[in-house]
Amino acid sequence: MRTMFRRALRCAVILVPVLAHAQQHDVKIEEAWSRPAIQGGTGVVYLTIIDTGAPDRLVALSAPVAAKADLHESFTEQGIAKMRGVATLPVAAGSKVTLSPGGYHIMLMDLKQPLREGDSFPVTLNFEHAGLVTATVTVRRVGRAAP
Amino acid sequence: MSASTEPSFRGGRRPALIYGIIGLVVAVLIFGAGGFLWLSQGGSASFVGGPFTLVDGSGSQVTDRDFRGKYMLIYFGYTLCPDVCPTTLNEMADALDRLGSKADRLQPIFVTIDPDRDLPDVVKRYTEAFSPRILGLTGSEGQIAKVAQEYRVYYAKHRSGPQPNDYTMDHSSVLYLIGPDGKFVAPIRADEDGAQMAADLAKLMS
Repeated sequence: MRTMFRRALRCAVILVPVLAHAQQHDVKIEEAWSRPAIQGGTGVVYLTIIDTGAPDRLVALSAPVAAKADLHESFTEQGIAKMRGVATLPVAAGSKVTLSPGGYHIMLMDLKQPLREGDSFPVTLNFEHAGLVTATVTVRRVGRAAP
Repeated sequence: MSASTEPSFRGGRRPALIYGIIGLVVAVLIFGAGGFLWLSQGGSASFVGGPFTLVDGSGSQVTDRDFRGKYMLIYFGYTLCPDVCPTTLNEMADALDRLGSKADRLQPIFVTIDPDRDLPDVVKRYTEAFSPRILGLTGSEGQIAKVAQEYRVYYAKHRSGPQPNDYTMDHSSVLYLIGPDGKFVAPIRADEDGAQMAADLAKLMS
């Protein structure tokens, strides 16, 4: 009985870090970019979310350059461009989600300063499990193609 | 003989439904053929475009007649649009660069469909952020409604919150090329990249 208990304990000792690792929430942000915009106007942030851990969900955003930052999705229906707010964005385990022109994007409302080509500024993404992740956004003059 | 045993209401309704479907198909075909014919002929001035009176960044009145002798490339959007409009205007600016001296014969114009928020100064600063060549125009609600109707542009407010300014605009996203005589030449897709847009413009501008 005692040896069985010991064996179980040994197993548990080995398994704890394995289980802990499986539950680890690791989110990275890459290729964050924006476009020139005027003070008081709206700006945009495009980026790639890389989830190397468990499934997660983007739940909130903030950027000191703007009064408010929201997640939006653009789409075109029969030639009509539309944009709608998105409350949360799920990110599957081991997946990549790209925010890019004509799709998901972060909308920066009421910019406190103009965004000029070459400028950079921080944006913070709040994930349900991984918590706060801050990325540096670079302002570029590009159209559809990501830099 | 099974037909006679079927409930009578089915026999009565089915022809109406079939005629309805045939009618719908015919209507779609006529509409589609008309649209195809219209597009294949490069459109007709009687369908798209017309005279306009709008206001530029300094508050001065601008009319379509001011641009006779030049091509006009017109896009309708709004300055608080974060994604679609800046993407299109950046591609437009790229197309202008690629056109080189040919772009001197072209006046790119951005017309806001959100005149309540897009005052002359805002539209001017906005378009200049993309290219100093792009002319930003606004106007009264009536002036914008008129030019939008002439260009068959749809636009509508979409509420996004409780405050008066909490709205985005749904809007047609198409570029319109108007000839030096003021007549409509062709539509250009707003989702083209700058290289494709420049190639289309070079082909369409004689």
